[in-house]
Amino acid sequence: MTAAAAPADTSAEDVAIRLERLTKTYPGASRPAVSGLDLTMPRGELVALVGPSGCGKTTTLKMINRLIEPTSGTVWVDGVDIRTQPTHELRRGIGYVIQQAGLFPHRTVGDNIATVPRLLGWDRQRIKARVDELADLLRLDRALLGRYPSALSGGQQQRVGVARALAADPPVLLMDEPYSAVDPIVRAQLQDELLTLQREVHKTIVFVTHDIDEAIKLANRIAILNVGGILEQVDTPAEMLRAPRNDFVADFLGDDRGIKRLSLMTVRDASLSKGPLVAETASADDARSTMAELGYDWVAVCDGDDHLRGWIGAAELDGAQTVGELTPKPFLSVVTADTTLKAALDGIVTSRTRVAMAVDDDGRYLGMLTVDDLAEGVTA
Amino acid sequence: MLAAEPFIRWDWVRDHTDDIVSNLWEHVQLTVLAVGIGFAIAMAMALISLRWRAAYGPLAAFCAAMYSVPSVALFALLLPFVGLGLRNALIALVTYTLLILLRNIVAGLDGVPAEVREAADGMGYERWRRVLRVDLPLATPSIVAGLRIATVTTIGLVTVTALVGKGGFGRFINEGLSRQFSTEIVLGAVLSVAFAITCDVLFVVAERVLAPWARPQGAVRIGRWGALTLARWSRPRRIAADA
Repeated sequence: MTAAAAPADTSAEDVAIRLERLTKTYPGASRPAVSGLDLTMPRGELVALVGPSGCGKTTTLKMINRLIEPTSGTVWVDGVDIRTQPTHELRRGIGYVIQQAGLFPHRTVGDNIATVPRLLGWDRQRIKARVDELADLLRLDRALLGRYPSALSGGQQQRVGVARALAADPPVLLMDEPYSAVDPIVRAQLQDELLTLQREVHKTIVFVTHDIDEAIKLANRIAILNVGGILEQVDTPAEMLRAPRNDFVADFLGDDRGIKRLSLMTVRDASLSKGPLVAETASADDARSTMAELGYDWVAVCDGDDHLRGWIGAAELDGAQTVGELTPKPFLSVVTADTTLKAALDGIVTSRTRVAMAVDDDGRYLGMLTVDDLAEGVTA
Repeated sequence: MLAAEPFIRWDWVRDHTDDIVSNLWEHVQLTVLAVGIGFAIAMAMALISLRWRAAYGPLAAFCAAMYSVPSVALFALLLPFVGLGLRNALIALVTYTLLILLRNIVAGLDGVPAEVREAADGMGYERWRRVLRVDLPLATPSIVAGLRIATVTTIGLVTVTALVGKGGFGRFINEGLSRQFSTEIVLGAVLSVAFAITCDVLFVVAERVLAPWARPQGAVRIGRWGALTLARWSRPRRIAADA
């Protein structure tokens, strides 16, 4: 899938937003901010527009809700040319979240969230019920609904901003660098919450960011734009990291593409090795031969139910009859199927045995991961 | 200045309570009319400036030029056109409120954060509705501050309209001056100042009522039954944890 062929894999009903030869030249500018952009955004997906400053990503976003009028080209939302309906009606049907949250300082949190339902003329009870529902969805304490935004922290303001954008349940959400003004810890939290939220609400989200890691973490699909609004590549994060189309994309993705790919994969995706494993009841000689056979100087021990007990070094076996006589040392790096391979790698390089042991939810041994196993996944 | 007379003759004051009441009424009337009409004109000019930015310079320059004309001269200049009386007084008084009000309304509208405007546009406010529901409410503290200065200034100027046959408490001052009677001069001045201070305090209360968000540290609010109630003077807790 390349930029030129981007629309190919989606049938018309599954496309929420389509940009067609979209161009914007600001008055007095010598070069267009966005030039001839073709892009489709599948329904229910989060598409990240990423690029350096001046790449026109925010301009592109604002052309979708007509805060900026294109010089030429067309934006289709749900198959309808957005110029065919009044601007304010279009905007009421599209959620909009901006960097500084942009909450109305003179309205309480609850009234802020109720903005679009009020514009749409919902009745009081319906609005009240919807505001309460959104407060719960965004994990906002209902006691906050009566306060003014100035009493809230940056992270909470941003949550209210998202709640306000979702209030009338629009199918499309535009988010313009929503988390760039909050500190990194809160940002990571808000990102996790957005992922959880998206699993519940399935909106088509257009997300503008200059942070490629944020895009990789959140997006189903990333569109990388170059200065002047030129689309360099649009792909899933994994595919883009695997095969960047040109040097610009590769540079933008950074020199740790392999590690970033590991962050997108979980232990479930990896092929596990069997590893040097013996039962507690095994004799010391069995343990020695297992080590020799697989080329390790330690052996993992599990009980009769396959629960991982720990490991024993070769030297400790001297003088012992069975493995069960010894107290195994616990593995420092134990992972489950949902652990990302990046976290597994971290475990591998920081543990004495240089492996990550994979167990299921009940602690039963599944297999072992080494650096070689991970490398195979990345180069495959 | 007058040997036989005491500085204040309290018996004269007691005998003229009817005059005090009628002059107070006239003072209130002139002030309310002047500030009210001035506010309407200034608001119209501010909204024009909001729509066509280029209009603000000339409008502000016009108001500033009018503001700089000495009041006594303006009353005299208006005489051939409107004669003595209410119209003459009002035209002059309104003229002096315009600059203060226009500047404060425009400053208030300019102070609306760009991201708040953008959010409002993005939510789907029509332009007029955004001005009404977002821009103007957020400009309220600045607008009320302008009204406060304009009102206090007008109350002072109303006394001068005694020259064209109105004057409110200025009637006392004018008469006192012509009769060389200190009691009346002092009475007119003191009542005028007391009225100005009263209005000043009312505007402070009005600002807290109209813009409770702007004063988070305890504020006067409209209660459930419309009565003024003092909100608790407590510092709102900042919600720190994001968890």
